[in-house]
Amino acid sequence: MTDRVPFDEAIAAFDPVMGLEVHVELDTASKMFCGCPTEFGAEPNTQVCPVCLGLPGALPVVNEQAVESAIRIGLALNCSIASWCRFARKNYFYPDMPKDFQTSQYDEPIAFDGWLDVDVETEAGPQTYRVEIERAHMEEDTGKSTHVGGETGRIHGADHSLVDYNRAGVPLIEIVTKTIEVPGDLAPMVARAYASELRDLIVALGVSDAHMHQGSMRVDANLSLKPKGSTTLGTRTETKNVNSLRSVERAVRFEIERQAAVLGSGGTVTQETRHFLEADGTTTSGRSKEEAEDYRYFPEPDLTPVAPSDELVQRLRGTLPEAPAQRRRRLQQQWGISDHEMQSLLNAGAVELVEATIEAGADQATARKWWLGELARAANETGVDLAELPITSADVARIVALTDDGSLNDKLARQVIEGVLAGEGSPDAVVAARGLAVVSDDSALLAAIDDALAAQPDVAEKLRAGKVQVAGAVVGAVMKATRGQADAARVRELVLERAGVPGT
Amino acid sequence: MSAAELTRSTAAELAGRIAAGDVSAVEVAAAHLDQIAATDDSLHAFLTVDADGALEAAGAVDARRAAGEPLGPLAGVPLALKDVFVTRGLPTTCGSRILQNWIPPYDATVTARLRQAGVVILGKTNMDEFAMGSSTENSAYGPTHNPWALDRVPGGSSGGSSAAVAAYQAPLAIGTDTGGSIRQPAAVTGIVGVKPTYGGVSRYGLVAFSSSLDQGGPFARTVLDAALLHATIGGHDPMDATSIDAPLPAVVSAARGELGGVEGLRVGVVRQLQGEGYQPGVQARFDEMVTLLTELGAQIVEVDCPHFGYGLAAYYLIAPSEASSNLARFDGMRYGLRTGDDGSSSVEQVMGRTREAGFGDEVKRRIMLGTYALSAGYYDAYYGQAQKVRTLIRRDFEAAYETADVLISPTTPTVAFRIGERSDDPVAMYQADLATLPSSLYGGPAMSLPAGLGDDDLPVGLQIMAPVQADERVYRVGAALEAALHERWGGRLLDRAPALAGVGRGAR
Repeated sequence: MTDRVPFDEAIAAFDPVMGLEVHVELDTASKMFCGCPTEFGAEPNTQVCPVCLGLPGALPVVNEQAVESAIRIGLALNCSIASWCRFARKNYFYPDMPKDFQTSQYDEPIAFDGWLDVDVETEAGPQTYRVEIERAHMEEDTGKSTHVGGETGRIHGADHSLVDYNRAGVPLIEIVTKTIEVPGDLAPMVARAYASELRDLIVALGVSDAHMHQGSMRVDANLSLKPKGSTTLGTRTETKNVNSLRSVERAVRFEIERQAAVLGSGGTVTQETRHFLEADGTTTSGRSKEEAEDYRYFPEPDLTPVAPSDELVQRLRGTLPEAPAQRRRRLQQQWGISDHEMQSLLNAGAVELVEATIEAGADQATARKWWLGELARAANETGVDLAELPITSADVARIVALTDDGSLNDKLARQVIEGVLAGEGSPDAVVAARGLAVVSDDSALLAAIDDALAAQPDVAEKLRAGKVQVAGAVVGAVMKATRGQADAARVRELVLERAGVPGT
Repeated sequence: MSAAELTRSTAAELAGRIAAGDVSAVEVAAAHLDQIAATDDSLHAFLTVDADGALEAAGAVDARRAAGEPLGPLAGVPLALKDVFVTRGLPTTCGSRILQNWIPPYDATVTARLRQAGVVILGKTNMDEFAMGSSTENSAYGPTHNPWALDRVPGGSSGGSSAAVAAYQAPLAIGTDTGGSIRQPAAVTGIVGVKPTYGGVSRYGLVAFSSSLDQGGPFARTVLDAALLHATIGGHDPMDATSIDAPLPAVVSAARGELGGVEGLRVGVVRQLQGEGYQPGVQARFDEMVTLLTELGAQIVEVDCPHFGYGLAAYYLIAPSEASSNLARFDGMRYGLRTGDDGSSSVEQVMGRTREAGFGDEVKRRIMLGTYALSAGYYDAYYGQAQKVRTLIRRDFEAAYETADVLISPTTPTVAFRIGERSDDPVAMYQADLATLPSSLYGGPAMSLPAGLGDDDLPVGLQIMAPVQADERVYRVGAALEAALHERWGGRLLDRAPALAGVGRGAR
């Protein structure tokens, strides 16, 4: 069990120094340096060619689409765009890296010196913090190793490893922040808000689906502590395997608590890579970085420099979507919801989802109700971000429509959602397969009501006397008899009518 | 037509006879395969002979001709391909144990263009391991011998290709030149070799030694044949980002003399590439070439290239640096040799054992040199400094081409040395490329043309260099000199080579 001190105590004694590195997999049709498709989830080693397998003799050619996406990301992050920059080789041996070097950008990133504002809810109300961006650069992803036989799925102790090169060469943009300077107690929330804001931006740009759970957006958190008031930087750790927005916050919080315990007991923090464990919110020691690896970077001689013209940059600037923060203000106004309600949507990562659901025909209140209620619960239970649930905004809008026209009630709608999430198909397919239509045939309902009234003569008597508050017992019995597949409001109307309640 | 006549024909003649129906491509291929069978035991020019593939390709050309389809200028002509270009279905070893038995699943662009043109690939030629060397002694599969004197090297790294052409095993061959690996072997075997402008011939499928220097190019027995082959393999390739996206210079027209001779051409003699360090016989032939050029109407100017002296040092930092990275992929994980995978070893151990067993000494030496030169703390002093020298050498060339249209020098300081003579002295070996390294660092085209016999009655080459993308100039000068020399000699220099056991050698 790792020692740690409570967060408040840690923050009282130390200031966290934090930087975030985010890798975004671009959803270009082809890889960074070859024509192979990039689709996620294909059979292992089916999306490969001599280039991305690094076969002897094969050469890379830059994917222009990826360069344009990188420039758009840079522009959206308020960065300067390099008029001339090169790729470099980062040399190290690893089996999932086919050439035993990664083609990346090193000291000449395509975009640099930008910023992104993020909103955080504090005790003093919503606050905006500016996260400075150091650089955004292009690189290629590695293949994916699966270590078989070890206890932890890590290479140490494994019997053998399997490598899938489908991912090798998928274009990545690495976005690196400068040191994020915020009050220490806000560091975990700011980290999360930054990841969330960045994800929204990436999605709005249409350059990636930015699914953290599938690894198409990966956040590494660099963190060190310095004693309150000190200017001497501490030793930092880099936490990887942070697979959701919630995990970003938890990982930063845990590292603050852990490092504070190490330093507080007179120890020293080891410079290392740490792995975040979703299950218990802790981090564990990974590769030690004490002996800094020498990657022997040098300019990639197989590629010519990337030199985007001013015209291209201006044209791409014209394609930028509305900034997420600005859009949120517009949507908040449009939907007529409070700051707090908007912040709830933001925290849940639901703004785009709700917007899309509304665009697909749902009203805003119902759209918000489902995404923040039933679906947020499902996301929490499975530990994925809302956007990664296997249900689309169009599905939710369809469920809302089915509820609005009386085909479903809320209880049935929840069952439809459950079915869609379980992979049973579209809402209509689930309705059909599970037989979930509301019983709207009045004669069927009336028969059930008559049975219920007959079974509860005293209730029937009170109803006839005008005591409408007892109607619930009859409605409940009818709903039970129809296994919930009736529209409760309609049942209630019919019960009152049938019992001859005065005034119905 | 006799087998000897076929093997002694030029590529242009063979293509013409095949197109005219005087001889079938299959007969031509068979004559060359016979010559290989008769001579390669003593030469060892080939690592793989693909008789079946060659006869099949030749048969396809004959079928196309019979069907009345138009044939390209080299259709049916046999060729020897350096074993550094990948060939689908045919082993590609790069002269290294680490790629023993590796059969590539794809064709290099050069390979594909040769096949497309109906050129008949006879097999893959020996080379210094991963093109690192100047003698072909660094091949893991044993050295190649010079047809002029079997105890001498055929140059390197493309020594298998040069020996094959010089021994009439093939009228054409493909080599690669990183610091002189086409020009130097051509010079010491008495044939024509051209390093095109960097980017003029696609490197896709050329197993990389030094990416910023490697360039494929032709070997032939005549300037025109070299040009025809150059035109067949050259030109833009979208699969190679460093390939020049511009029309190929008019090398064939130039070789045919259609762009004129050397009259009025300003020919620069590089002061730094002659004199001390050059054998007397080499210097004498060079001086004769200067005189001949004057007689042919060229204007000789002396040019000064003060930074050429640093070329060797810069080259031996840049090329090994790139090589250390290019050769990292040979780790036993995906293809080629894997050694020491005993079920209990780590991936690092298996990689280490594979590279230990799979690479030869020279390759290891250069990987270590390059790794060191790129290391943190040394990068600026070595790799960075070498790049600055490269810039200075480029400027020397640019300045020289202000006053001269082409530059000339001896191709090599000496004639072919003896096998084993320099194998324990890497620096002496590196000196063989002294005159060829500068234009490699610059990136311009350069030809080695047979210039006569030097010390020990062995061939000497003249190097003709031109500005980037002015490849036609080296062919123009080469063709003019070749015509004059053939007239003076009463034939080709190669006619004076001693007879080898085999069917291809005519009466002497």
